[in-house]
Amino acid sequence: MITALFRFSIDSVRAMLRGSRAYYLWMAFLACWILLGATAYWHQLQVGLSATNMVDQIPWGAYIANFTYLVGMAAAAVMLVIPAYVYDDHDLHGVVVLGELLAVAVLVMCLMFVMVDVGRPDRLWHMMPVIGRFNWPVSMLSWDVIVLNGYLALNAGITSYLLFTKYRGQRPERKKYVPFVFIAIGWAISIHTVTAFLYSGMGARPHWNAAILAPRFLAGAFAAGPALMIIALSVIRDKMGFPVKPAALNRLRQIIAVTMLINLFFFFSEIFTELYSFKHHAASMRYMLFGLQGHTKLVPYIWSAVALNVFAAITFMTPRLYKHQKVLYAACGAAVLGVWVEKGMGLVIPGFVPSPLGEIVDYTPSFTEFCVSAAVWATGAFIYTLLLKAAVPIELGKLRLAGAPTLSPEDYHQGHGHAHEGSEDHSHGSHETPSPSPEAAE
Amino acid sequence: MAKDTESVESCGTGCGCASAGHASEGHHHAHVEETPFEARVDEHGTRRMFLKLAGAAVAATAAVAATGCGPNGPTAAEFLQQHYKKLTDEDKKKIFARIEEDTKARTGVTTRVNDPPPLDGVEYAYALNLSVCNGNRRCVEACARENNLPDDPEIRYIRVLEMEAGSLEFEEATPYYAREKLPARDKWYMPVQCHQCDNPPCVRACPVQATWKEPDGIVVVDYSWCIGCRFCVVACPYYARRFNFFEPEIPPDRINPNQGYLSNRPRHKGVVEKCTFCLHRTRKGRMPACLEACPTGARKFGNLNDPDSEIRKIIESKRVFVLKEDLATLPRFYYFFS
Repeated sequence: MITALFRFSIDSVRAMLRGSRAYYLWMAFLACWILLGATAYWHQLQVGLSATNMVDQIPWGAYIANFTYLVGMAAAAVMLVIPAYVYDDHDLHGVVVLGELLAVAVLVMCLMFVMVDVGRPDRLWHMMPVIGRFNWPVSMLSWDVIVLNGYLALNAGITSYLLFTKYRGQRPERKKYVPFVFIAIGWAISIHTVTAFLYSGMGARPHWNAAILAPRFLAGAFAAGPALMIIALSVIRDKMGFPVKPAALNRLRQIIAVTMLINLFFFFSEIFTELYSFKHHAASMRYMLFGLQGHTKLVPYIWSAVALNVFAAITFMTPRLYKHQKVLYAACGAAVLGVWVEKGMGLVIPGFVPSPLGEIVDYTPSFTEFCVSAAVWATGAFIYTLLLKAAVPIELGKLRLAGAPTLSPEDYHQGHGHAHEGSEDHSHGSHETPSPSPEAAE
Repeated sequence: MAKDTESVESCGTGCGCASAGHASEGHHHAHVEETPFEARVDEHGTRRMFLKLAGAAVAATAAVAATGCGPNGPTAAEFLQQHYKKLTDEDKKKIFARIEEDTKARTGVTTRVNDPPPLDGVEYAYALNLSVCNGNRRCVEACARENNLPDDPEIRYIRVLEMEAGSLEFEEATPYYAREKLPARDKWYMPVQCHQCDNPPCVRACPVQATWKEPDGIVVVDYSWCIGCRFCVVACPYYARRFNFFEPEIPPDRINPNQGYLSNRPRHKGVVEKCTFCLHRTRKGRMPACLEACPTGARKFGNLNDPDSEIRKIIESKRVFVLKEDLATLPRFYYFFS
């Protein structure tokens, strides 16, 4: 077991280090961004958060906006997990590990965005239980720390177990991991709920102080997350030869068609409630949508976000549109970008404007903030690519412990199967497309 | 800003390279088949470049992580310092001496850091007479001097709003007024500072208990424990908390040497600070600096638990109100018109 674990690690690392010229170029590209961001962060450490465009009136900016959005993307992995495990969707079962790995990479990004945002990163140990002074359960931020790390541990644990058993040529034992899968489903909802509660619990900020915030966060995340997943899975299919069934992508498309409409509906409900009552508390909403006292910096952002989201919603519902691959990808990109802008420039920033004493201060990220944020994204992509480099060959049965038996995808997915536990001869029917041979894809 | 960025010296021999070499020499335990796109391409040049870059990235990240706060980062003693409430008297003595030495080394000024405890049976409250305040902002300046607040860029605990006549609406107000003659026609003035809430949302927000309410009602910050997440700044409905985006610089001749550990002692970049009703003065029976500086007599301060105090009489006899009462923060800062 220990030797196998050691070899598993060694082989995974070796798989990560091998690849085509395109792979190295992609990783070098990401490394350049990471280097640039590390330099920018170094600068930020020297001069403090004055390197950002944040001020007392806008105490949180690009970092926390990205963090908030990414928590949703991590939570959105359940949009693969729920159909696969709760509804026993076999098409999604084949790709569910890739979604969970994405959650792992995204969670690392979340934690990085928090780290680059704090004024004293050397004091983060103050948050640790026992040695620090953790303000749990009163501070919502302490809840966020717990749920994010817990979700990271759950996803890392589940994926490691599945990949390791597959590597050893064994079938995963349901009782060893399925309970954790179900815990992770609830946990995923909790991470974005807690993150929404960070905001909605603020009596001082009327723009956020609304019960619809958590549902709205989840709806947006469950639209943007699967959209990113469609793009990621298509790339993995085309570039790494991993069989992704069209039915799986179609299921994700159906999910976005619903969630994006709900997201837009929640957004509209909020706009109506704020604007029709015409109260002063709607100032943030008016600032965001139309501008206040000549300050209109946010206006183009929010309307582009609405346009992108509406475009995505229409496309995902219209067969004539989404059957074209390129249009589908464009709609996915629109959903990913639209929700990103809606959460950052549309929710985090306007919450601060006007300030509690009525000041209107505009904000756009500084060059340092841009570089550091880009580097965190690049790190996430870097990590996800590395994880895939090991996970894909293991999933395909191409990377395994020497002498381990080879499992066919059917055998393997039998272990994943939920409703048909133990029925060895259960057939998956004809939708099990054979994986393309290396020659075919070349 | 980024043009001043110092370039990161990478050692180049980062662990990325080393481990890469190690892994490729490893025994072939596994049977690896290349996936289609990953068809075996032995582009040594590309790979070397990749490894180099990856190694540099790892090295740079490690360097940043190791130094924590850069070259002017914390010393071991500062890094390991415990939360205020866990410090023994012995610990405090050492820490205060360290702060005094540090100030001396940086500025040449001899300071005295002390930590007056809250007085038994005392709960402070503040009242401000809006009828006489004329917006002269002497309180703002006196506060800045007393509490060692930097001028460039400016940090101020008190914000005086110039309000429109007939309006209590902050969006119609401005703190940025410059006038020859005060008060201006059709304006009135509302100074706002920390309200030392009895139910403080900022204290609830803090993930590390770096800010808390003292028995005398003053909300304080342990500047040596704050991690700088600014959640308290977000939570405050009165815009009372200030974050040190810059390393604060006080000219030596403007440093107030009488320093309270929980109030006006030196702060550094990356932490939050706020008004403490000048606890290093008030806990020794003096008045806050803002009150002493006020030429109009608009400011009143005292012990809420003393039935004969002026503050108690004002609250009992005047028509006082608090800001944003609907948020149930229960401020200790009252406004009234006489």
